[in-house]
Parts: sequence; C-alpha cells; structure tokens
Amino acid sequence: MLLWVMVLAAAGALLALIERSLRPETLRATLGAQALLALGFFAFLLLASNPFARLNPAPPQGEGLNPLLQDPGLAFHPPTLYLGYVGLSVAFSLAVGALVTREVGPSLARAMRPWVLGSWVLLTIGITAGSYWAYYELGWGGWWFWDPVENASLMPWLAATALLHSVNVLAARGSLRAWTIMLAVIAFSMSMIGTFLVRSGILTSVHSFAVDPTRGAWILALLIFYTGGALLLFFLRASTVREGAQFEPVSREGALVANNLILSVILGTVFVGTLYPVAAEALTGEKISVGPPYFNLVTGPLVLILAALLFIGPLLRWRRDSRPNLKRIALPAIVTLIAFALTFLAAEISLLARLGLAFAAGLALASFLPLAGRKLLRTPLTIWGMVVSHLGIALAMAGAAADASLTREVLHAARPGEVLKVGPWQVRFSGVDPVAGPNWTAVEGHLVATRGERAIRLDPQSRFFYSPPTETNEAAITTAWDGQLYTVIGSREGDRWQLRLWWKPMVTLIWLGGALIALGGLMALLGRARRERRRTSPAFAEQPA
Amino acid sequence: MNRKLWLALPLIVFAAFVLAVGWRLSEPSDPTVRSRLVGEKVPAFALAPMLPGRPGLASADFAKGGPRLLNLFGSWCVPCIAEAPALLELEKRGVPIDAIALRDTPEDVARFLADHGDPFAAIGNDPVGEAKIALGSSGVPETFIVDRKGVIRFQHIGPIMPQDLARIMAEWEKVR
Amino acid sequence: MPRTLGAERPSTSLRSAQDERAQNFVRPERIRRDDGAQNFVRPERSRRTLALLVLALLATPANAQSNRPPAPYAYRQLENPAQEARANALMQELRCLVCQGQSIHDSDAEMAGDMRHLVRTRIKAGESPEEVRAWLIERYGSWVSYHPRLAGDTLLLWLAPLLLLLAGGWLAFRRLKVRR
Repeated sequence: MLLWVMVLAAAGALLALIERSLRPETLRATLGAQALLALGFFAFLLLASNPFARLNPAPPQGEGLNPLLQDPGLAFHPPTLYLGYVGLSVAFSLAVGALVTREVGPSLARAMRPWVLGSWVLLTIGITAGSYWAYYELGWGGWWFWDPVENASLMPWLAATALLHSVNVLAARGSLRAWTIMLAVIAFSMSMIGTFLVRSGILTSVHSFAVDPTRGAWILALLIFYTGGALLLFFLRASTVREGAQFEPVSREGALVANNLILSVILGTVFVGTLYPVAAEALTGEKISVGPPYFNLVTGPLVLILAALLFIGPLLRWRRDSRPNLKRIALPAIVTLIAFALTFLAAEISLLARLGLAFAAGLALASFLPLAGRKLLRTPLTIWGMVVSHLGIALAMAGAAADASLTREVLHAARPGEVLKVGPWQVRFSGVDPVAGPNWTAVEGHLVATRGERAIRLDPQSRFFYSPPTETNEAAITTAWDGQLYTVIGSREGDRWQLRLWWKPMVTLIWLGGALIALGGLMALLGRARRERRRTSPAFAEQPA
Repeated sequence: MNRKLWLALPLIVFAAFVLAVGWRLSEPSDPTVRSRLVGEKVPAFALAPMLPGRPGLASADFAKGGPRLLNLFGSWCVPCIAEAPALLELEKRGVPIDAIALRDTPEDVARFLADHGDPFAAIGNDPVGEAKIALGSSGVPETFIVDRKGVIRFQHIGPIMPQDLARIMAEWEKVR
Repeated sequence: MPRTLGAERPSTSLRSAQDERAQNFVRPERIRRDDGAQNFVRPERSRRTLALLVLALLATPANAQSNRPPAPYAYRQLENPAQEARANALMQELRCLVCQGQSIHDSDAEMAGDMRHLVRTRIKAGESPEEVRAWLIERYGSWVSYHPRLAGDTLLLWLAPLLLLLAGGWLAFRRLKVRR
C-alpha cells in the first residue's frame, strides 16, 4: 500500500510539474481531484494499513519472506503493476477535472494521452511479468487461471486499452467525448476495485495478501466516495458535453467504436464472472464457482471478433470510408484460411483453439498492412508502435491457443535410469542429489533431455525453506525455438520419484507477445513526445495517425 | 430522457456491485465444506475391516440395525485425539459409533485405540479416501448421525469438543 | 506447487500450508481439522554437514499430513491416452476443496490426489466425465466444479456477454445513426 500511495503522490506531482496545455481552471480541478484521491488513500494507510506498525515481540530472525517471493520476479511485477494501476489515477483526475469545468475536448485528450499510454505500457509489462513469474515459479505449468486477483489486474488493463484508443479519437477528431470520460473513470475505478478484491478477502485466491475485512470495508468506503462520486458527476454533467464530429459507421472512428465496444464487453464479462459467485450466494445461498471454463468460453469468441476487426480497422480512413479497399486484406485472409486448414494436422484440438491459431497467423501479417506503401524510415514512430503492438497481440493469441491445445503432459514415478518420452523429447532420469542454499535445502533431480542431436541437462528441485516453513517446486525449463520443456520433480514413492514433464509448443509467444505490446506502446509514447515537441507553430495542423 | 438512462447505467451497476460486496463483507464466507448428502441415504460404499476381529463397514449396514454415529478419523490426525474423550462419553451414553479409518494401517489404528480409547463398533479401512468422498466429507475428523432407515441426518465437521456434546446428543435424540 | 502460508501463524505446515483454506489473518481460536494438511514440527535448521542434508532428504516430519503414500492414480496417468485426456480435462475443471483456489489438477494436497484418483479410476471404468462431475456435485454442491452449469441460477451469467454486446451495440448504433 505504501508503494501505491507513493506512486499516487508522485503522479500528481509530475502532473503538476509538466502539464502546460490545459486551461488553468481545469488543471486546478484535476490536481484537486488527484489530491482528494491521495487524501483518502493516505488516510487508509495511516489508520488501517500501517506498514510501520510495530511487531511486538519482534521475531529474532524476522518473519521470513514467503519463498515464492524470493525471486527476481518480485523486482519487476509489483512495481510495474502499481505504476500502471495508479498511473491511471491521473486519467481519472483529468476526467473529473474536465467534468467539473465542462471542458471535454481534444486538449483534454492530448493532456490525458501520455498518462494513459505510459500507465498502459507499464500495466502490460506488469501483467506479462506476473504471468511469466507465476508460470516458472509455481511449478504447475499454468500461466493464467482467471483467478479473482488476476482478473483484478486484467480489468483495468482492458479499460485502459479501450481508453487508449478512445483518447486518440478524441485528440484527433474530437469525437467520443462521453466515452473517453467514462472509460477514464472506469479504468481507475477498476484499479481501486482490484485493490479492494485483493485485500478484502471476499474472494478466495492464491494471490490474496494483506487480507483483512476491516481493510476491505475501508477501501469499499473509498470506492463509494470516489467512483460513486465520479459516476454521479458524469451523470449530472455528461449531457452538457457537446457532441463531437460525426462519422460514418464504416470509418476509422467506427472501427474504434467497435473495438471499444468489444473490449468493454470483455471487461464487463470478466467483471460479471468474477463477482457472480458473491451475488449468487447473496441471493440464493448457494455457492457456485465460476472459473476458466466459463471465462475461456466467453472471452475466446470476443477476442476472435477483435482480431478480425484488427485486420481492416487500422486501414480505414477517418470520418468515412465509403468504399474501403478490401483487397489489401486479401493476403492475410488467405493466410488465415491456410493456417486454419493446417491446424487439422494436429491431434484433436478445440474449434476455439483452431480459430485462435488461424486468426493469429493472419493478424500477424495484417498488423503490417498500415506500413504498406509508406516510406518505412519516414513513417512516424506512432504508426510503428501500432504495428508492433498489434503484432504482439497476434503472437500472444497464438501462444495462448497453442498452450491450450498442443501441450503434452507426462506424469510418471520414475526409477533412476528410466527414460520418459514427452512430445519430441526423450528425457532420461539419472537420480537425485541433496542440495542446500542460503535458507533452504532441496532434493535436486537430474534429467537429460534429448531431441535429435541436442542433449540438455535439467535439474528441477523440490525445495524446503525453513523460515517460513514451506515447500516449493523449482521447475527446470529449457527453451527451444519452438517451445519449452518444463520439468518438475515431486515426492518420493519408495524407490521412485514423481516426475512431471510438459512439452509446451509455442508457449513463449505469450510473453513475447506481451512484451511487444508494451514495446509498441512505448514507441507510440516516444513518437507522440517527439511530435509534441515539434509542434512549435499553431499553423502546424496535427495529422491524424 | 433515454440518454439520461444510459448515463445512469454505470452508476446503477456500481450500486449493485457495492450491495453485493457489502453483503459479503458483513457475512464472511463460511469456508467449511458441508456434505450435500445430509437428508439423503448413505451412499454406496464397502470397506474392508481395519482390524482383525472387528467387522468392516459398508453402506448396506446402515439400513439394518439401528441408528448410529459414523466417525471419520485417522491415527495420524491430531484433532482426532482431541475428540477421543467426547466419543468415549457418547458411547458411554449408549450411542453406537462406527468408524472409517482414513489412510491408516492396522498397527497404527490399534495403537491409537489403545492410547485414546476405543468407542467404535465397526471400523472400515479407507486407504484412498473413496468412502470419505462418497460421503461428501472433506477431511478428518467428521461425524455423521445416521437414522434407522440409513438416512444421514446430521454432519458435525471438526472434532467433537465438550461444548458440542449437547448439540450432538440433541440431534441423536431426534433419530433414536 | 505453492505450499505457503502467511508468516503470522506460529505453527505452519511444512507441506501443504498453501492448501489450507484459512486466510492470512488470524482466525479466532478453533481447533483445526486435520485433512492431511497439518504439520506441527519445525525442520532442522543446521546447514553444516552433508549427513544432515541426507537426513533431510530421507526423514519425513512427524505428524505430517498422514504420511501415507498418495492414492495410486493421484500421480499416475491412465494407460489409454484418450481416457487420460478426458480425465485431464475434467481435473482441470474441478476445484480442490481444501485449497485457496486451485484445480485438483494443479494441487498437491492429499485430498486433491484422492479426487484425481477417483476421477481417473471412474473414467477408466467407463464413466463419462459428465457423470463423474455430476456425482461430485451431488456430494459437494456446484461449488466443486469450475464450470457453472447452465441452470436457472446461472442464466444471467451465461447471457451476460450477449446482453452486454446487444446493449453496447445498440448504444453504438444510436450514436452512429444520429448523423443520418
């Protein structure tokens, strides 16, 4: 929480320092909103969640850091995640400030954009890092479980993605004013709801920490005040916001509206799915579980629609594109069909996974279409950023679909000398050795994995920490060009040892895709900054992206 | 007017959210896993005898004979030691008790009974938790009260502590 | 497999602490049931000799979760790959009842192992995954399945995406229609 309020305060300070283009009244209102946010959360920190509260008696060797957190991932995942989460507070404050002074227009969008983009990039990195960290640290080979806390981080990201696109439309064309304001309020509200879900204990999760119903009540009160207040303000003021320029359904704006629509539906679905068990139990008294089967089934098709939209959307002209040049997407469409046909080479996989792989292949190609016909070195960095991000989405989709359908798992209690076969690999188990580290002892298994000529040594461990007493699995993973071999050693059964081996083709594309999405955003951010600096004269009309 | 409705929608959704989570905060979720078979007949299972000279346990046994208690325990289970006096007390008051020993060996069970008392009539051997899951139990110790028709009428989760005896006796009276 | 617990509790489990349903705040005193996830012994802390390492390797802590071998099919795949695939898919959709939000496929808790054994033996015997799921729901309620069945109380859940799409679509349509 200390990190949370630190970022909140720093963001407000930075906003005050560097924001020049907003009207003073709006800036004042914005900073006031940001300060009000800080007031509430600092009060919470001091009164209900004091990190400096004394522990009496003090444990002689400290309480011990949870062994799962004794890992470099701890240095990446929380800071980037929090910078992203809480960076969205500036977008929220800007929206509130603009509603107060009734100044919703392109200048607001231009002020908001770098904050949204920056927070979104960091949030993307944070979620991607968290997913990869859980994947290699936890030892069950999964990377996303639709756990309530995971959803709590995904929902602000979805809102921020929609906001990102909306803010671009508002900046370039002056349209989608109400949408942009609404999304800005929702994005940070989702951050706060996420904080609430993680710390209140109302939903069981492997990721919860600092759980305490008192804290939950506090954060709920803050939520009611801030989100309720902002939504009320929106309700009262939004009708006075002037409509922006009109546009045809088939146009860049139209495609972006469709994009935001789908993203919002995904967001709404994840929200409903996460909280449904609570609502259902409140009304019927029955406990139900809503887990991966539901979420995968409903978000899958929506993501496919989004992918299809991405083929043509970035190519449409602003305001109206009455005869869109569909010939350009012919090649990606053909690639999609071929990829779909190729998926039938694999053993039985679900239709959703097939479509996922097929559309990912097509989208990977289609994401480059906006560059067609341009002088590549003269193309603005913002366009490159868009291309890279959309490519990242295609790769992540491919990785996710592959992991869901092409993974091979082998579970066997092996004696030393046995050879197990998983996917294209032969894995020979030669035995175990005891091993010690600074605060743990472990049983280390020795495996040699061969495929063709390559032989790789893998040493998974089953570790016992003493403070706090815990047992963890340290998976041994090797990354090949086409996937990862993931190995885990379990307990002893007589003279045998439990081994779990997975062959996961294309799984690294998930996080590579995530990294590209973030990189694209970073490029766009830098491109924008460069462009803003070049805008010296008012006669220099801004070119739409 | 219509536009106003749309603009109010987020606020309405938020209000519903606050109501739902507010309710959950005020009534924290009960983490105990209760069996859904309370009120149903004892499910089919058949367990071999745990100790020589002591009969095993099967679901068919519950339809004949009289009402009784069914206790799930393990010699390795620490809270089971805590509830041993209560079970002895119940048996003293004339309540027949059958048991299912989870993941146990005859030697360990014999030693447990010698150390902590033996209120059990029949003891079934459940090496992999099949009967436990069939009953809808999620751990040891647990105690079921079964009536003369073989219908489960009550489930007590956790060890039977002295303060629980009154409730158990009351439930027992209902089926006797 | 994560098997950890917050450090506030004085006696925490060596093996399946993660699998305890209790949260990280201090609960009012109650004697915990032993579902196999309790351990009240601290391991040796000496790091000096290899002998002690070997001891750590071979010694099993006293009073650990039941200390018995897992059920046969808890960590063993079925011989028939098609059956194993069906069992695997089902195991990923069943909740570990004594864990904090994991499927029985991912959990190392003893009860999760028993449930895996049950799923595999029943599928091997010819039952369909749906039959096994229904049998478990009969005992533990809908909560045990991560797949919310389409029933009266989940109608709104399954319709939500469609309703949201229609509502949003209508909003967008009205917005675009204004021009004409």
